[in-house]
Amino acid sequence: MPEATQVSPTAEVGAAPVAVSLRGLSKSFGDVVAVDGVDLDILDGEFLTLLGPSGSGKTTVLRLIAGFEMPTAGGIELNGQDVTNRAPFERDVNTVFQDYALFPHMSVLQNVEYGLRVKRVPKGERRQRALEALASVQLAGFDERKPAQMSGGQRQRVALARALVNRPSVLLLDEPLGALDLKLREQMQVELKQLQRQVGITFIFVTHDQEEALTMSDRIAVFNAGRVEQVGTPAAVYERPLTPFVAGFVGTSNLLQGTAAQQVLGNAGVFSIRPEKIRIANALDAPADGEHAAAGVVREVVYAGAATRFVVDLEAGGYLVALQQNLQTSSMDVLSMRGRQVQLIWRREHETPVG
Amino acid sequence: MTLSPFARVVLRVLLLLVLAFMYVPLLLVLINSFNPNQVASWPPKGFSLVWWEAALDNTGARDALIESLHVAAWATAIALVLGSMIAFAIARYQWFGRESISLLIVLPIALPGIVTGVALQNAFTRVLPEIGIDIGLGLITVIIAHTTFCLVIVFNNVVARLRRASASMEEASMDLGASSWQTFRLVTFPQVRSALLAGGMLAFGLSFDEIIVTQLAAGAGVQTLPIWIFNNLSRPNQAPVVNVVAALVILLSVIPVYFAQRLSDDPAHTGV
Repeated sequence: MPEATQVSPTAEVGAAPVAVSLRGLSKSFGDVVAVDGVDLDILDGEFLTLLGPSGSGKTTVLRLIAGFEMPTAGGIELNGQDVTNRAPFERDVNTVFQDYALFPHMSVLQNVEYGLRVKRVPKGERRQRALEALASVQLAGFDERKPAQMSGGQRQRVALARALVNRPSVLLLDEPLGALDLKLREQMQVELKQLQRQVGITFIFVTHDQEEALTMSDRIAVFNAGRVEQVGTPAAVYERPLTPFVAGFVGTSNLLQGTAAQQVLGNAGVFSIRPEKIRIANALDAPADGEHAAAGVVREVVYAGAATRFVVDLEAGGYLVALQQNLQTSSMDVLSMRGRQVQLIWRREHETPVG
Repeated sequence: MTLSPFARVVLRVLLLLVLAFMYVPLLLVLINSFNPNQVASWPPKGFSLVWWEAALDNTGARDALIESLHVAAWATAIALVLGSMIAFAIARYQWFGRESISLLIVLPIALPGIVTGVALQNAFTRVLPEIGIDIGLGLITVIIAHTTFCLVIVFNNVVARLRRASASMEEASMDLGASSWQTFRLVTFPQVRSALLAGGMLAFGLSFDEIIVTQLAAGAGVQTLPIWIFNNLSRPNQAPVVNVVAALVILLSVIPVYFAQRLSDDPAHTGV
């Protein structure tokens, strides 16, 4: 549908067909505007993350796509069909809930079979498919357990199997890893991404964790106050943030603005420079061609194992954060940097004007 | 928290005293029902079923028992339907005045029975006839009166269960393709089933031994078991029979309360 991609301000690639299309989508709860005119095309087979702080409207968008909420204005198309006014059970999407929402009175197998059962799939076939789905999430042999007898990570997999067994065209995931501890979360991130490649289903994933978004997504839509601030690949969103909000929410907020920007860069706009792009040099070092430099004093040193974060107060005003890999330094070395006069140096192409 | 051995002994003795205070009088009623003497005396003069036979032959007591069961069954049934509907409305939907209604539903349980009784009697005999609804005092008014407090019990049980069961479960069911009816039948109802049973049994038990509201709402024609007991208590020659009936009521009340207690446990947490 060439027209569809043309109308859309957000579709970047014309190759894959559009799986979900949001058109001027708005939702208010009383006086509170949760979603405020969202236009977004989600391509078939892509892993799209809705990233934003809590209250930014990302979960509401997911619930609108699932059909749990009705939009105040705008529409939703699923594979080219308008589904705006359809009930949840009339949409070819399935959801993995934040609290998993497993049925406590049913066994794991019955939970996974549920979608097929209510669609009257014959018993033999649905059992077969449910067992396959359980195997695909590494839960073979757990079919007779009750959800209460499983760990958080296992319940998460059951919820995933219960959704995937229906072979939906789109899978919605509402902060599914939020309740897991860090190790398990990292492991599940990898598994989820692998699973998505295997099944080839469009994943729409909601999270407030920017690292999770960067690791897993094909594209990220950054939400703020009910609106989409930027849509793009993880690299684009991270390296080229379009607004101060995106620069601050995805990665560390590291802005140079006003008189400081005027003095250091010769331009009074607002610029974002990622901390790992900044090199800490001797106070007397001069920048090479194509580089900018700013002198300052190290105010804070945060040692984080693999890397160290330096907060440097600039002579020109304001401060910048620089991240250095601890390649050959120890914690003692870096901690002694506090209070020292330094020169921050970075390449000009790493300055991104924001807003 | 660990307790000193002395504190532990004191607490145990206290517990036993409280339990004794609660149950010894009931036990005495039970024992006395087997006492062959006309006048309750201690210790019992022997063991006899003579009063049990007399009680079973007593048509007044038997009719009163049937009347009580009748009232309790109807009040419980109506309370189950209305109470669970209100519980769903309050736990699952957002609407204006929801919190106030929730409070208004629960409040009657805190009112003294005598106030509820007088208010209902007034309504039945003075106000309703004025506007053309003259049902008079009788079985129906007793059932209505009992429903007012049975409803609270059912409501409380069901609403507590619904609040514990997350609403996203119903969304998950719809999301997986189930219609509203399938969702209710396969997901919602199984989760409130035991709460309904527990609430129903407690409501039945409450209605079965209620006397104050009943007395005021019943008028002359209706005699439930508690009213029969109360009326016959002062007649010396009926006293032994009253003992037997009281013993029966105790046994009949214990059973539903016991099951209600067991059913109140959340099936999700006991792995049933």
